[in-house]
Amino acid sequence: MGNYFQPEIETASREEILSIQNEKIVKQVKHAYENVKYYRDLMDEKGVKPEDIKGVDDIKKLPFLSKADLREAYPYGLLGTDLKNCVRIQSTSGTTGKRVVAFYTQHDIDLWEECCARAIVAVGGSNEDVVQVCYGYGLFTGGAGIHGGSHKVGSLTLPMSSGNTERQIQFMMDLGSTILCCTPSYAAYIGETLAERGYKPEDNKLKAGIFGAEPWTEEMRRSIEQSLGIKAYDIYGLTEISGPGVAFECEAQNGMHINEDHFYVEVIDPETGEVLPEGSKGELVFTSLDKEAFPLIRYRTRDICVLSREKCSCGRTHVKMTKPMGRSDDMMIIRGVNVFPSQIETVLLNEGYTPNYQIVVDRVNNSDTLDIYVELAPDQFSDIVSVTQKREKKLESAMRTMLGIGPRIHLVPPKTITRSEGKAVRVIDNRKLHD
Amino acid sequence: MAIHQISVFVQNKPGKLVGIIEELANKGINIRASSIADTAEFGIFRLITNDFDKTREILSENNVTNVTKVIAAKMEDKPGALYRVVDILSEAGINIEYMYAFTASETFGAYVVFRVDDVDAAQKLLDEKGISTLNDEDILDM
Ligand SMILES: [Zn+2]
Repeated sequence: MGNYFQPEIETASREEILSIQNEKIVKQVKHAYENVKYYRDLMDEKGVKPEDIKGVDDIKKLPFLSKADLREAYPYGLLGTDLKNCVRIQSTSGTTGKRVVAFYTQHDIDLWEECCARAIVAVGGSNEDVVQVCYGYGLFTGGAGIHGGSHKVGSLTLPMSSGNTERQIQFMMDLGSTILCCTPSYAAYIGETLAERGYKPEDNKLKAGIFGAEPWTEEMRRSIEQSLGIKAYDIYGLTEISGPGVAFECEAQNGMHINEDHFYVEVIDPETGEVLPEGSKGELVFTSLDKEAFPLIRYRTRDICVLSREKCSCGRTHVKMTKPMGRSDDMMIIRGVNVFPSQIETVLLNEGYTPNYQIVVDRVNNSDTLDIYVELAPDQFSDIVSVTQKREKKLESAMRTMLGIGPRIHLVPPKTITRSEGKAVRVIDNRKLHD
Repeated sequence: MAIHQISVFVQNKPGKLVGIIEELANKGINIRASSIADTAEFGIFRLITNDFDKTREILSENNVTNVTKVIAAKMEDKPGALYRVVDILSEAGINIEYMYAFTASETFGAYVVFRVDDVDAAQKLLDEKGISTLNDEDILDM
């Protein structure tokens, strides 16, 4: 049994949670219908009235929202309250197309920060901890959400934002940070830099890390845990639904509890939109249950994962989701084969390489090419050409086994792959240039 | 005995090798001997310098390096000199991974560097056969 930020809700019985959800969904749908014209039109088109929604079982009658809807409705089309009631916006990084802008009332901020506080307490955080937040601050929800959650827990909050690794390390050492919050790739980079400076994992006071905002693997978790001497926990969220903390990992480290009192979750078949039975692999769909400014109903995340209601050793009763197995946005189709960057990362770590890599996909003579650039570590380098070439071949064959297609491996010196301090740029798809 | 050789992993891109050589020059390192092996993808630049520790320190900062012990055997100025050494090694079952020649000065003579799979055995063998080889101190004084 662990510690909880809000024990009464985090360990509530299934019946209690359902009753909270049933009560909230009726109000939320009514609120959206009355205040969000865009969604009202979708409901009218489908012939569903707010009165038809008497509980969560009726949610499947409602129309979906997708990222395309958010772009179409940009910026105010999905706003559910007067701007004078809003206190904040956050926005997605907008790598593709128009940005998504989400609005928050103080109530919305509070519920989001409470979710983040639950995540911090779940990894052992309390008012005795020093929480170093090196997610980006600003429009990105990472910094703001964890920062607010840390305040709610009463931890000493270090609002570092991302970047300036020297300063991160100085504060970490001088102020004795105990919980590190950032993207997994930045955590790996900090670990690597600490080792370069001659620090051992036991030299820092860190005990846990909360890492999210980009896909990572179990292998990467183990490598970060070793390099920093911590337990590494996953956190899930999306700006559209609030931000980080929609789901978070507990001490069991085998899935993330979704905060079901605030977010109703479904898994659907991404092709047909049909709701799948619990335990099936499919696309995650979230419905906000008590948001004022940006109520999103049946929002399709594009994240593929599996839900589980198996009893968790931490005592929490909320449903758990697996780490997303891939975002359909990340999935590459190369020579007709589905390839996820996470598979490539798994092979690299299994074969003893660093998780610093870059994938370049291109099309030459109507055939897709896959090139993977991998940084060579000093202990992997031999002065004998054939030995180094054999390494390349071995990695190539391990990739072929995992992916089903053969990539070209390019070993490069360390630090030649551009390191980003926020989200790592892992994939460069040049095929789009030719289309 | 035997001498230290430093190898550097070099990307096959214009300017990469020049950059490494320039850096060593700027920092006062004297390259006694060197060789390059390259493939379509990468090159391996192997060198023997007057200051092995300092060279390693300079190069390791921005490159992947590797240190191995190699044998530098003096070549007599007559036909079959190289064959004699190679023959001694192969007769003893010592595998030569690669080799390259260098001359320091007219008086110093010609040497061939051998990278072998068993450097200690090779050194002992050549000592026994009276073949003169270099050690790190010799390189310093060249
Ligand atoms: Zn749990």
